[in-house]
Amino acid sequence: MLANDHIDLTVEPGEIHALLGENGAGKSTLMNVLYGLVQPDQGEIVIDGRRVECHAPQDAIEAGIGMVHQHFMLVPVFTVTENVMLGAEQTHGGPVAALDRRRARERVVEVSREYGLAMDPDAIVEDLPVGVQQRIEIVKVLTREVDLLILDEPTAVLTPQEIDDLLAVMRALQAAGKSIVFITHKLREVKAIADRITVIRGGRVVATTGPETSEDELAAMMVGRSVSLAVDKQPAQLGEPVLEVAGLAVDDERGHRAVDRVDLTVHAGEVLGIAGVQGNGQTELVEAIMGLRPVVAGTVSLRGRSLAGRRTKQILHSRVGYVPEDRSVDGLVKEFTVAENLVLNMYDTEPFGTRFMLHRDAITKSAADRVARFDVRTSSPQAPAATLSGGNQQKVIVARELTRPLTLFVAAQPTRGLDVGSIEFIHRQIIHERDVGTAVLLVSSELEEVLALADRVAVMYRGRIHAVVPPDTPREEVGLLMAGGSTSGEPA
Amino acid sequence: MTAAVHTPTSEPVRFWSRERKVGLAVTVAGVLAAFGFGALAGDQPASFTLADNTSGAAVSINGLLGAVLFGLLGAAAGAGLWLPGARRWFGALLAAGIVAVVGSFLCWQLSDSALNIMPLGQVAQGSMRFALPLIFGGLAGVLGERSGVINIAIEGQFISGAFAAAMVATLLASVWAGILAAAVGGLVIAALLAVLAIRYLVDQIVVGVVLIVFALGLTGFLFEQLMRQDPSRYNQPARVPTWEVGLLSDIPLLGPVLFRTNIFVYLALALVAAVHFGLFHTRWGLRTRAVGEHPTAADTVGVRVLGMRYRNVLVGGVLAGIGGATFTLEATTNFSKGMTAGLGFIALAAMIFGRWSPVGVLLAALFFGFCRALAIYLGTIGSPIPSQFLNMLPYLATIAAVAGLAGRVRAPAADGKPYVKG
Amino acid sequence: MTSDPAEPAPAEPAPSTPAPASGPAPDSARWGTRFLYHLWSANAFTVTALAIVLALLIGAVLIVVSDAEVRATYGYLFARPGDALTASWERISDAYATLFRGAVVDPGAIGRALDGTGSWAAVFGPSSETLTAAAPLVFTGLAFALAFRGGLFNIGVQGQTILGAIGAGLAGFLLPLPVLLHLVLALLAGGLAGAAWAFGPGILKARTGAHEVITTIMLNSVAAIFIGWVIIQSWALDQSRQGAISHPVDQSARLPRLFGWLDPGLRVHLGILVALAAVAGVAWLLNRSSVGFELRAVGLNPQAARVAGMSVTGTYVLVMVIAGGLAGLGGATVVLGTAYALTTLVAGSVGFDGILVGLLGRAKPWGVFAAALLFGALQAGGRAMQTGSGISLELVQVIQALIVIFVAAPALVKATFGLRAIRIGRISGVAARGW
Repeated sequence: MLANDHIDLTVEPGEIHALLGENGAGKSTLMNVLYGLVQPDQGEIVIDGRRVECHAPQDAIEAGIGMVHQHFMLVPVFTVTENVMLGAEQTHGGPVAALDRRRARERVVEVSREYGLAMDPDAIVEDLPVGVQQRIEIVKVLTREVDLLILDEPTAVLTPQEIDDLLAVMRALQAAGKSIVFITHKLREVKAIADRITVIRGGRVVATTGPETSEDELAAMMVGRSVSLAVDKQPAQLGEPVLEVAGLAVDDERGHRAVDRVDLTVHAGEVLGIAGVQGNGQTELVEAIMGLRPVVAGTVSLRGRSLAGRRTKQILHSRVGYVPEDRSVDGLVKEFTVAENLVLNMYDTEPFGTRFMLHRDAITKSAADRVARFDVRTSSPQAPAATLSGGNQQKVIVARELTRPLTLFVAAQPTRGLDVGSIEFIHRQIIHERDVGTAVLLVSSELEEVLALADRVAVMYRGRIHAVVPPDTPREEVGLLMAGGSTSGEPA
Repeated sequence: MTAAVHTPTSEPVRFWSRERKVGLAVTVAGVLAAFGFGALAGDQPASFTLADNTSGAAVSINGLLGAVLFGLLGAAAGAGLWLPGARRWFGALLAAGIVAVVGSFLCWQLSDSALNIMPLGQVAQGSMRFALPLIFGGLAGVLGERSGVINIAIEGQFISGAFAAAMVATLLASVWAGILAAAVGGLVIAALLAVLAIRYLVDQIVVGVVLIVFALGLTGFLFEQLMRQDPSRYNQPARVPTWEVGLLSDIPLLGPVLFRTNIFVYLALALVAAVHFGLFHTRWGLRTRAVGEHPTAADTVGVRVLGMRYRNVLVGGVLAGIGGATFTLEATTNFSKGMTAGLGFIALAAMIFGRWSPVGVLLAALFFGFCRALAIYLGTIGSPIPSQFLNMLPYLATIAAVAGLAGRVRAPAADGKPYVKG
Repeated sequence: MTSDPAEPAPAEPAPSTPAPASGPAPDSARWGTRFLYHLWSANAFTVTALAIVLALLIGAVLIVVSDAEVRATYGYLFARPGDALTASWERISDAYATLFRGAVVDPGAIGRALDGTGSWAAVFGPSSETLTAAAPLVFTGLAFALAFRGGLFNIGVQGQTILGAIGAGLAGFLLPLPVLLHLVLALLAGGLAGAAWAFGPGILKARTGAHEVITTIMLNSVAAIFIGWVIIQSWALDQSRQGAISHPVDQSARLPRLFGWLDPGLRVHLGILVALAAVAGVAWLLNRSSVGFELRAVGLNPQAARVAGMSVTGTYVLVMVIAGGLAGLGGATVVLGTAYALTTLVAGSVGFDGILVGLLGRAKPWGVFAAALLFGALQAGGRAMQTGSGISLELVQVIQALIVIFVAAPALVKATFGLRAIRIGRISGVAARGW
């Protein structure tokens, strides 16, 4: 696959250069080439007029390039100092190369103070919040005396407040003469900080412009045509309450309270959207509803009947559809065929099978129908799901859930990482499901998506429903709520 | 890496913490020992000597009194785990509890036997002798797994080391050449493991199992075809000499174990110290652990992941090979088919029980060695306890450890996962 | 493509269908050439066949190296190279010919049977021995393969086999029962004992996450010690015989010989038919049943299986229990079919070999059956080679290990023979995992 096709990119000294593109446009591949993690088939990298070859990250570091990866490259069980020194260890010298932790620690303190990146050098990384971990990554890069920093989607997991902090750090770095490549797909941040913007799409550079370009123009360049995420839909025909959550409390893996006294109700025929920065308890909330995570306190009931003690299987079989947030890990068995994935949670139910037997003919036949109906692009229903593109894999999951009669449809991050075509398709399916009277619970960290689809928007912050607002609430106001700001909406 | 904001709204305080669970178990064991062993105790006094035979000064205690006293001490240690701040003393209190329960058990056994004197020196030396190969093997496991390569083939490295040591030491009439050859023997199996696991990405457990079969088969075949035909030419190595360290060797109990012994013991202890220092205080160690925990992170800061893994697995092979030499140059002086008898698996257990740390390996190996030595000793005094059950103890203890019955045992995060760039 | 154990699709028999090559086969080619074209792609069948060839070649080197007389001829290799080559060739061909005669059929015996100087039993003797050796391996191979498909690496086959042997043996000489019933109960006792032994690791994995590799390795050792204790108990030990050996199994509990009426020396017994039934049963379970669907889903992606409402922990326990039961039946087959009494080493390495069989059979039931036949043949032939050519049985063990190494690392075979690269059936049906 050609992920990058004849890309030219020039970064000036002391510049913040945004690299803007959709998911899958080839941004990360480009940066991995720069950083020596992926080898280019042709082309060259020139730094300060000198041609450099980056065959390994070490070459990039020596050439003065540092990278903060989207998924942090930190060893969770190491201390901050150990993580920062790894690969460039201060030692007492000699063949033994015993570590000089004191000197390494001083360096961490020095750099973090210089750029205002507060951290405890002796803390174990896995105990630290994401924002701090990102700071450690930045310090790690800075201690290596780089001139060019690449930040790969640095804001994806941050709260608005943390994003502001990050932008301030970036300005401080710029003031210190560093160049920054800022990879993102968020227009607002680009506009806020970039000196120049390069838009890439389908592995090619579409344009290089300045921050004066409007958001609409940037969006059009990014997706290739003007798109509105606005979905055509009629006002909701609210029916009776289907899902009722009251006083729900749920813990995460480490025993921290992730969902804290949440109340919400989803009615038949409406989409309740949950907005919030990722990691504010949405995952745990959905998993608790689906019986995948123990409920610490409170109740979840479906059509007035408590789901307490019900297993996931029973819940799924009581007409609940579920699109899990992590498609490739939770939603599919990639080695299974498309046909098998289409019955992954109904294989032991007529017409597909019984408790003991599979009806393989019925499974095959239904797969052919559903592949056609949902336009799943696959060589055959018998092809392994792994051979499908991300968008088509998600269509398999959606087809699995939406081709059986539902009263509740729970969709978590249903369009994450998909191309625009697939996103629109899935959005239409969700609205269609609502229109036939299903109650829909939509969780998304893309605020635009929630605002476009939902009939009511519940904002989740630190495990609590902070407010429930109508979808025409101004974006800025919802953003403020997501950051824990004061509310003007009514509690649920 | 978790990508979630952890917002601890309430720090969980579980009533049944690890300390309390273990404490309860130790207390119950202590009370049971006090009553059970006390009730069973015979009328002989139980005597312990520090020497390696039954002569010399002995400490005697009434069997009933000893069993009850030690049992209550154990219960007290268990109760200690319930005190606030016990977390810091967890290891010490647990060890004290176990030692006390074992003491109670011994008081019963001795007081009930005609041979009521226990030579602690003999048991200590036996423990060290059985522990010896486990220390080498366990360290080999630590090296591999800390860098992310599961080395289940320790058994295979043992047997090939044992074979090479016997053969070369006989052919060249030099135990030193034998030790060298053992290192090479272990290295060969480790090299196969490394290439298949790292280069060809074969499941590391599959490779390990197959290599064990391969090594057992190959050495067995060569034993039948060569050694059995002409033992004096191929299979009569000398024993490694015993070296004394001056006055230290006269220390009671510990002297003979640590300072009047052979190169293998000195080497094993030195290696434990060296690997410990290396792993936690040098550049090599930091990188090894990084590669075993998060290879991609190590790669992005310029650490050569595969190079580290190769190097560690190969060094581990050398250590396990030398451990194999103890079978033919120290414990016995000839090679026989399948003589490692699954000790490679106990070495693996020692590594896990020792929580992937060198010092842990040493302690686990000594504990396992003690179980073996005790089983043999109880056999000689005609104990009604079948020696088989004591011999099972290391394995059952390891199962208990991985099942989290005594705290969580955590393997390096990337252990067993091949690293593929990109 | 049938070579991938992860491949859930139809239940194919042994992996013999040529896989699609990466490039299109020449269209004009006749069927034969096209067959050869596909054959030379690195499909599962070709890789396995070449792995066997490679392993035998390395075995040949070992035969030469370990033979003093042949080695001597290499001392003057440059003076008279013919000597060394002739001596090596003779030694190797003699050894492997003996292996073949002991495993499949002795052409000479056919001649003798035809002209009346020999018996037909001598003709069928080798295949009888092969089937006899294969029967327990089918069970232990299935025990490994089934667990593997369910995402568990069951190194504990050996321990479960030992327990099966104990269960079957005790039922065989302690229970006074009538003919058919005794055999059925003894087999059942073996299966249950194996299942019980495997339940522990299964429940520990499900409840505490304790890695089954560690727990089952430990239980293997415990089982080996345990059988040593059982045999010397007064209710088990046969005091009329030398050494640690139990009472013999009653006639009524023994697996009847299939061709005893032809010649009592033909040892092949009912066990191989039971094994065949087990293969069919496991194949049905894996591919046609809802439980099999769950099992495969859990094996490939436990997270997704859980989200889809399956009980991952329940599946782990179930898989281990079934696998343990199969391994137990393997042990029972040994005791009731050939050994007839318990000794400490009665299970030999049937359990460990089962792991290799399961891997070689790519964790597919019929693949396991084919692999067990191959291993059975190697063992039967190996014994003939040991007595006939003086080459010790361990050579077979080495060859078996080598075959599996080459099959597990198809890239090695591919590089050696320059096969065309295609998607190769790797043994890693379950993603590589740590502890």
